[in-house]
Amino acid sequence: MTRGLLIRRRISNVLMLSLTGVCTALVLGVLFFILGYITYHGISALDWDFFTQLPKPVGESGGGMANAIVGTVKLLALASLIGVPIGFLGGVYLSEYGRKTTAGFLIRYAADILNGIPSIVMGIFAYTIVVLPMGHFSTVAGGVALGIMMIPIAVRSTEEFLKLVPDSIREAALALGLTEWKVVSFVVIPTAFRGIVTGIMLDLARVSGETAPLLFTAFSNRFWSRGWLEPTASLPVMIYTYAVAPYDDWHRQAWAAGMVLLLLVLGANLLSRLILRRQLKG
Amino acid sequence: MVRSSISPFRFAAFHRPGVSPADRFFRATVFTVAMSVLLIMGVIAFELVRNSRLPIAKFGWGFLWGTTWDPVAERFGALPFLYGTLVSSALALLIAVPVGLGVAIFLSELAPRWLSDPVTFLVELLAAIPSVIYGLVGIFVLVPLIRNSLEPLLSAALGFLPFFQGAPYGVGMLTAGLLLAMMVVPFVVSVSREILMAVPHSQREAVLSLGATQWEMVRIAVLPYARSGIMGSIFLALARALGETMAVTMVIGNRPEIRLSLFEPGYTMAAVIANEFTEATSDLYVQTLVEIGLVLFAVTILVNALARLLIYNVFTKVEVRE
Amino acid sequence: MTKPVYVIEKLNAWFGERHVLKDITLTIVLQQVTALIGPSGCGKSTFIRCLNRLHEVVPGAKVTGTILLDGEDIYGPTVDPVVIRRRVGMVFQKPNPFPTMSVYDNVAAGLRLNGVRRRAILDERVERALKQAALWDEVKDVLNKSGSSLSGGQQQRLCIARAIAIEPEVLLLDEPCSALDPIATARIEELLLELKKSYTILIVTHNMQQAARVSDVTGFFLLGELIEFNETRQIFTNPKDRRTEDYITGRFG
Repeated sequence: MTRGLLIRRRISNVLMLSLTGVCTALVLGVLFFILGYITYHGISALDWDFFTQLPKPVGESGGGMANAIVGTVKLLALASLIGVPIGFLGGVYLSEYGRKTTAGFLIRYAADILNGIPSIVMGIFAYTIVVLPMGHFSTVAGGVALGIMMIPIAVRSTEEFLKLVPDSIREAALALGLTEWKVVSFVVIPTAFRGIVTGIMLDLARVSGETAPLLFTAFSNRFWSRGWLEPTASLPVMIYTYAVAPYDDWHRQAWAAGMVLLLLVLGANLLSRLILRRQLKG
Repeated sequence: MVRSSISPFRFAAFHRPGVSPADRFFRATVFTVAMSVLLIMGVIAFELVRNSRLPIAKFGWGFLWGTTWDPVAERFGALPFLYGTLVSSALALLIAVPVGLGVAIFLSELAPRWLSDPVTFLVELLAAIPSVIYGLVGIFVLVPLIRNSLEPLLSAALGFLPFFQGAPYGVGMLTAGLLLAMMVVPFVVSVSREILMAVPHSQREAVLSLGATQWEMVRIAVLPYARSGIMGSIFLALARALGETMAVTMVIGNRPEIRLSLFEPGYTMAAVIANEFTEATSDLYVQTLVEIGLVLFAVTILVNALARLLIYNVFTKVEVRE
Repeated sequence: MTKPVYVIEKLNAWFGERHVLKDITLTIVLQQVTALIGPSGCGKSTFIRCLNRLHEVVPGAKVTGTILLDGEDIYGPTVDPVVIRRRVGMVFQKPNPFPTMSVYDNVAAGLRLNGVRRRAILDERVERALKQAALWDEVKDVLNKSGSSLSGGQQQRLCIARAIAIEPEVLLLDEPCSALDPIATARIEELLLELKKSYTILIVTHNMQQAARVSDVTGFFLLGELIEFNETRQIFTNPKDRRTEDYITGRFG
């Protein structure tokens, strides 16, 4: 082996491996920049009014996004009502009956593909099945859009956490003479409960930031939305509207809303990670 | 790794005799609910087709290559949106794939466990940040930065190429591509990392024992072995980029024209739906937007279906081998 | 003809806290076949993985002591493990051809790493390696097919060809037949007797008949210690140590 070749190989080794480190630093840099920038602008714009006041009309300064915060909570509640039961029971099927079966494969595959369908398409779908028949935008329509978006991840994460329960536990319970549905309901599910809840929490965090499916379902509302049949404001849509508008005061509020939304999403992520770590240890 | 641990356990098949009525009810319930996932896919497809029958009847296949978008005269062609979607996504992948693979290699091959896990978590946080927040940062940080620094720089250095000509607006294809790259990079990283870690030790040791450096090991043994899974992660990222709505809408400039220069504003399928749906006045206009949604739906289903098969394939291969 | 190739002194190895090799001292001689036997987990595989510095790629692994290869300390501070591994070939327990490469490219992989680019030279070296590995006649018409399309025994001979294509000074084999059927095993054993004319060979095996058939000298490992190291005939007919005798007569292990 020639000396020159060996040196060239060593140099390309060090060079390429360092490049992978540079890539990592770059990506982390982007993350920290976004977090830092949003926090910097958000904190200075955040005040008590943001949480308690309605938006002010254009030209008047001040005001808040109380209605959007409540709107987001209502939308998430509705979404859970649809997404959680379907996702949970579907996950139970995949884990307890659907391993290595054709139906199981198809459902799993469909869930993964459904997860990849653009959120704006989900918006159109909710529009065609809720808004068109009702004739107007509504909180319900937004909830349906977000709820359907929750299903695939709820299914898959429930399945994965149930699969972590060792088969010996199922067999032991069956050997005690418990019937199948009791084994699943009172032994398997409680064992995996914390993981399942965490998965659903992450799922909620993800849809809480969705904007596109709400644009023409929940639409928006400058006032309080009464009941479930009126259009409602929501944090993500408010951020969008305020960011693309030409008023400085609105931009300021967009930053504040951005920070609140980011805290919500990242908070849920960190919390779930802590819960999971505790579960794995215990 | 959670995904590869598929154990064969399964409560006996449906028709087994002697199962109590309660058990049968339980099975039927969870099965029906699970099947609703398939049903939902079907209903979405049906509703999208049903609600775009006007433009389908009027424009036929020509819709896909029509270049005029004139809501007033009700003449609609989707080509500018197809073009914008493809170009912005391609640009995003051009940046995100090499960078993402670099990160995945760093995390799976170089970083020790105590560093690799938290960094992976942080990179995956990028995927958790809502799209509208990327848009916010895009409008107020990326657009001015690109207008004042990157575009003048590019046109000075590479201005002889048709891609880097024209006035630096800041909003346009280039900005959208960059922002999309940041958004899809975590998809490349997290899937590729898992797949690289699943490459058997025996493969790495085989090439090391021939006298390979660590980088040569990655190049010769690890990457080729993982290639179908890496392709899967790229398609997954592509599907995300194709359907990404808010961030792109906020920075791409929203002009339905086909321009070669990346400095020029463009428009994507998702963006035109987001922008014009609530303003669409006639049934034909609304249904045309639904049809664009249908095209987007079809494209992303294809890309996702391919991505998932490629990824599943890697994990079953690993299962058999080791 | 007793020129030492490896001189190993006070070799110790760890996986994290686990002390897997204890004060191993021995000398490997040119163009001999050395067999290493012992119950599983006795450290014999770890031992040969120290000889080409492959032990250290496992996280938490540690080595102390000296190993001289042709008089050069391979754990010396300025020694590049890449160079050592280039000089020492290795064949593993399970056949591990590169599945994305053709038969030809598998054998050529090591040559290409070392800068051989000319097609004519590659062709010649690949053919020679495959002939030495007694595989040429079976694969000469399928050189472009994937390496993983061959049978298990053929795959293992392909791995041997891959290792000897770069003409190493020593060939290490880590239980090369444990995943093979008896017929394939017999072919590999024949091959080893042929290869020993041109290479110094170390073979780890849990199969005592195999050690008796192919080797000139044998070392017996137990719980990380080298219990006995002597001519194969001596070990199998007249072992010095009680534990060696127990093992080869099947009283434990």
